[in-house]
Amino acid sequence: MSAEPSPKIVIVDESPIRAAILEEGLREAGYTSVVRISEMQSLLARIYALDPDIIVIDLENPSRDILEQMFQVSRAVRRPIAMFVDQSDAASIQASVDAGVSAYIVDGLKKERIKPILDLCVFRFNAFAKLQDELDRTKSALEERKVIDRAKGILMKLKGLTEEEAYVLMRSTAMREKKKIGEIAQSILTASELLK
Amino acid sequence: MTTPLHIGFIPLVDAAAIIVAVDKGFAAAEGLEVTLVREVSWSNVRDKLNIGLFDAAHLLAPVAIASSLGLGHVRVPTVVPFNLGINGNAITVSAALHAAIMAEVEGDRFDPMATARALARVVAKRRKAGAESLTFAMTFPFSTHNYQLRFWMAAGGVDPDEDVRLVVLPPPYMAESLKSGHVDGFCVGAPWNSIAVDHGVGHILHFASDILARGAEKVLAIRQSWSEKNPQAVAALVRAAQRAVDFIEQASNRAEVARLMAQPDRIGVDAEVIQRTLDGRLKISPDGTIRESSRYLLVGREGAARPDPVQAAWLYAQMVRWEQTSLSPASLATAMGVFRPDLYDGALGPEAVKAIDSAVGAFTGPTFDPTDIGGYLASFAILRRQP
Repeated sequence: MSAEPSPKIVIVDESPIRAAILEEGLREAGYTSVVRISEMQSLLARIYALDPDIIVIDLENPSRDILEQMFQVSRAVRRPIAMFVDQSDAASIQASVDAGVSAYIVDGLKKERIKPILDLCVFRFNAFAKLQDELDRTKSALEERKVIDRAKGILMKLKGLTEEEAYVLMRSTAMREKKKIGEIAQSILTASELLK
Repeated sequence: MTTPLHIGFIPLVDAAAIIVAVDKGFAAAEGLEVTLVREVSWSNVRDKLNIGLFDAAHLLAPVAIASSLGLGHVRVPTVVPFNLGINGNAITVSAALHAAIMAEVEGDRFDPMATARALARVVAKRRKAGAESLTFAMTFPFSTHNYQLRFWMAAGGVDPDEDVRLVVLPPPYMAESLKSGHVDGFCVGAPWNSIAVDHGVGHILHFASDILARGAEKVLAIRQSWSEKNPQAVAALVRAAQRAVDFIEQASNRAEVARLMAQPDRIGVDAEVIQRTLDGRLKISPDGTIRESSRYLLVGREGAARPDPVQAAWLYAQMVRWEQTSLSPASLATAMGVFRPDLYDGALGPEAVKAIDSAVGAFTGPTFDPTDIGGYLASFAILRRQP
């Protein structure tokens, strides 16, 4: 870090977990002045009160339009500019759009000081998306497990099979019909529901 | 050969032409393979159009002009070959403010001059009583909603920058903010006014068509550079959109259109709410009062789809009036040049539908003359910058 004071960074994100991950990353990198806002009411008033150098916001946040009003208040002393304004760095703009994050930078902050912050945001946003993805996959695997267990139970009861036999029956049916075992299990549940 | 296109939109009823063009197969019939991308903010739509992630977009008419002038953001020359909607907004207020205005209104409560003067009296009384300023929300600094709210209240003597607070709020938050008391009123497009009424938290005070007989609302925006490189695709898109608006304007097709648009990946609200807007038959208060207007939202009839440079000039005049930019002949020419009736006519040939009457038709002030914006603005008592 240079001798200059750490820029004041505000994170506007409705996802508290992602915001926390981002804040942690920024602090680890030596940025000591970081504030998170997850409550969108009175957003502008809070930002004016905090007077940040950089505002980071996720692109899925409808409140981005609220920030645009800051450009219009001619009486405001410190006017922020959007990162997309500087089109000289197409690659980093593309990376930030892909990651789903945008930033507003208040006049006067040097470009070389902004770049590492933005790169870090993009990196952490992508890491969060990956984490979310894994979580979703684990969740749906768990769901599938439950469905298979219930279908097994139905087969055991109706056909007098052992647990092992019920599973083998579903697996061989799935292979024959070129379907996933979870889909076969789901059809058994649906059918048994209909035939109740 | 098909041309792949990415088109961004915001879930609003005036995205109808784009949604129907795609979902009814009109775009495919023109050889276009369109991917519609639903967005959450106008900033996203603008940025993704600017950097080329979108080839075309459903955009606020003033944003297309602001982009071409480089106002508030990077300058990206933008063209409009097709106008997606005329009118379609409404001003909705809380039950408390509605009651206060109704208690003060003299004459016809649907006359915007009468309600604006009533608002001025409400504002004066509140000031005398030491109450906080009223807060009104709109959707974007460069929006018709911003200009329509300002035009209306200023006519009654309410200075939109001094006497009330004007804030930007994303449309999905409007009804909730009215309920919680964070805002006292707002101007927004469909279906959000109806949603506030249906939730019992708002009264529709005015249709935007009370304020302007004819106001360009959303446009099909394309980067100028892209349009110059892809004239065939632009023409094909215009033809597909025209077929869509012809379809939508047939009253017998409305139920199907509403059903298409109600899909979760399109607008994602009840089909009935969408149809109300298309039919111009709106519930204006929680007690079930219905108000009808044949001018509530025009998506194709009366030549609504043909871009009208006079409309662009009027919007530019509002930017000047409220100090978003200064008045210059060069900027005026740029603004008017954004709306391209030549692209519309060229794509459709003899089928191009021209407007019978293209006047803005504001409820007050002199007839708008694009060649004398300075004179036009000088006639208004409240304005930020003396032209």
